[in-house]
Amino acid sequence: MSQLEIKNLHIAIGEKEIVKGLTLTISQGEVHAVMGPNGTGKSTLAKAIAGHPDYTITGGEVLLDGKSILELEPDERARAGLFLAFQYPNEVPGVSIANFLRAAQQARLGEGGELDATAYYKRLYEKMDLLKIDRKFTSRGVNEGFSGGEKKRCEILQMAMLEPKFALMDETDSGLDIDALRIVAEGVNHQRGPGLGVLLITHYQRLLDYIVPDYVHVMFDGRIVKSGDKSLALELEAKGYDWVKKELAQA
Amino acid sequence: MKPPVELEVPITADNPVAGIDQSVGDFSYDVKYELDAGTGLNEKTVDYISAAKKELPWLLEFRRNALKVFESKPLPTHWATRDLENINFDKIRYYLASGQKPKRTWDEVPDDIKKTFERLGIPEQERKFLAGVEAQFDSEAAYSNIKEAVSKQGVIFANSTEALREHPEIFRKWFGKVIPTGDNKFSALNSAVFSGGSFIYVPPGVKVSHPLQAYFRINAENFGQFERTLIIADEGAEVTYMEGCTAPKFSTSTLHSAVVELVALKGAKIQYITVQNWSANVFNLVTKRGLAHEEAEIKWIDCNIGSRLTMKYPGVVLKGRKARGEVISIALANDGQHQDTGAKMIHAADETTSTIIAKSISVGQGRSTYRGQVHIPKHLKGCKNNTECDALLINTNSRTDTYPAITVRGDANAVQHEASVSKVSEEMIFYMQSRGLTEGQAMSLAVNGFINDLVRQFPMEYSVELKRLIDLEMEGSVG
Repeated sequence: MSQLEIKNLHIAIGEKEIVKGLTLTISQGEVHAVMGPNGTGKSTLAKAIAGHPDYTITGGEVLLDGKSILELEPDERARAGLFLAFQYPNEVPGVSIANFLRAAQQARLGEGGELDATAYYKRLYEKMDLLKIDRKFTSRGVNEGFSGGEKKRCEILQMAMLEPKFALMDETDSGLDIDALRIVAEGVNHQRGPGLGVLLITHYQRLLDYIVPDYVHVMFDGRIVKSGDKSLALELEAKGYDWVKKELAQA
Repeated sequence: MKPPVELEVPITADNPVAGIDQSVGDFSYDVKYELDAGTGLNEKTVDYISAAKKELPWLLEFRRNALKVFESKPLPTHWATRDLENINFDKIRYYLASGQKPKRTWDEVPDDIKKTFERLGIPEQERKFLAGVEAQFDSEAAYSNIKEAVSKQGVIFANSTEALREHPEIFRKWFGKVIPTGDNKFSALNSAVFSGGSFIYVPPGVKVSHPLQAYFRINAENFGQFERTLIIADEGAEVTYMEGCTAPKFSTSTLHSAVVELVALKGAKIQYITVQNWSANVFNLVTKRGLAHEEAEIKWIDCNIGSRLTMKYPGVVLKGRKARGEVISIALANDGQHQDTGAKMIHAADETTSTIIAKSISVGQGRSTYRGQVHIPKHLKGCKNNTECDALLINTNSRTDTYPAITVRGDANAVQHEASVSKVSEEMIFYMQSRGLTEGQAMSLAVNGFINDLVRQFPMEYSVELKRLIDLEMEGSVG
């Protein structure tokens, strides 16, 4: 069973330190929800682990199966089994979803490996149907002219096709209406199993009604300050983040 | 008619192959100079070419006159690149008949060229021809079925020499009318020394279903430096013509100056597709123009990937009411290359419409330039032009320039011009990398995506090859 170990991680953007010593271990099969107020470093955490060039790791370690991934390029990390579901997914104009995902799959096969086109398309349509994405979208440019909800569903589609070991989901629920939220959650739940570990970053308890987490962590000022099970999220919703701040002040 | 003049060509030990770019490799050269106009250009050269082709007096006069015009015109360096001054007109061979083109062995062909052939899946027999190892590629057998079918419809498809000799009543009428000799220095040059090229006539109402290709008439001459093409589509006729190939085409001659004239009579449609990938030593200076009559349509689809310098502005003169002109242009400029391309739309009748879509990519130290001329005079009504030119810069030293020249008068016409310059965004590259694509793969995808909607307008075989070619060009541009 694979593990993603984050050990005392410090992340800075330019001169400013955002994540100030975060420790967390995610095993395959587990869903860890990370909640916290704005600006506390949740997105930074996800993007930096994925290898975003804007962020600098100023201390600590991230290990995948015991090996550090901090020296790896973003694509190497992805091929090692990491997936980042973006909060604001990029448009890739003129590149169809079908071609994009095919290129991504082909990249994992390496030199000489041939992708079975028929099998590929069968899988693609299956996943699209599940996520209620119109099959016509295969020929549209990735995220080109998509609504917020469509973009997020496209992220889940990519995740379903690439079958990562660990998914870092950055505020996947932001900008979604109730129906879109339900579809996205179903899509994630469908992939949930012993082969997938999830870091689920969210503001609101609402998503966690649909994707029930195994663990809930509260992030504050660049660190995890409280951990618990799914009931912690409910307590947070009832009492608000101020409650956490007060508890910390008292400790 | 004078017999061919035997010209003295000095053969020196150190430079037996004058005019050939020595930096491109060694050649073996056939030392028999029977049908050779020598190096340099003067009246004797022109006389020689005309005699070798057994041309009628009017055509010889045409050439001689063109030579005078060529000599009297200066290089257009007041607006064009001064790299033109590096063309040594005296060292160029202006006419070489078949069997005389210099050859090299397959071993001498550079590895990256071989790799390109491999990657593009070029058939074995074509590779040797394209690489300059064989002087001829006889495609007569391969395409004879299509030729037969086409001639049954009454279509005439011949090279310039044959066409002017055997069907003057059809071709002489339009020859040199769409692009007059004096249009520019290089159309004058072509008019003096042209050889090869395709002359096509499509009878009224005939719609040629299969695209016609320059390949059909290949021999060493027809893939030459100074091709002259004239396509006439009679009323209601339709024809598509394809020229060039994605495979890198080696040329010993450093100057290519073609002229292409298209005439679409009432209600006719002509589509002319070019993919140019000349070797990096070539100056490719081409004049292309179409004349569209009432309700006719002329569409140029132009892709420029090779050559040291290409200057080409496909144009349409919209002469009849409701005529339509379109130019789709893709240009890729890599290190040491300058693609100076664009379009010209000259409106000369009411309710005419024109569209220009040009996309260019500059990689490494490559330079691409867009020049567009749109002209709509005051007395016309209901004319429309739509121009979109987008440039993509890949590296920090890549360069792009845009020179639109739009003249619109009157109060009943509409012109729209959009232009953009962009880099491939880092965010987008990261997004693609986060899916497992390397930076290089991501860059290639991004670039292919940039030109995707234009590439889709090429026939299938070309668009697949084009994508692979872009991938190849992008390799090494990253990191």
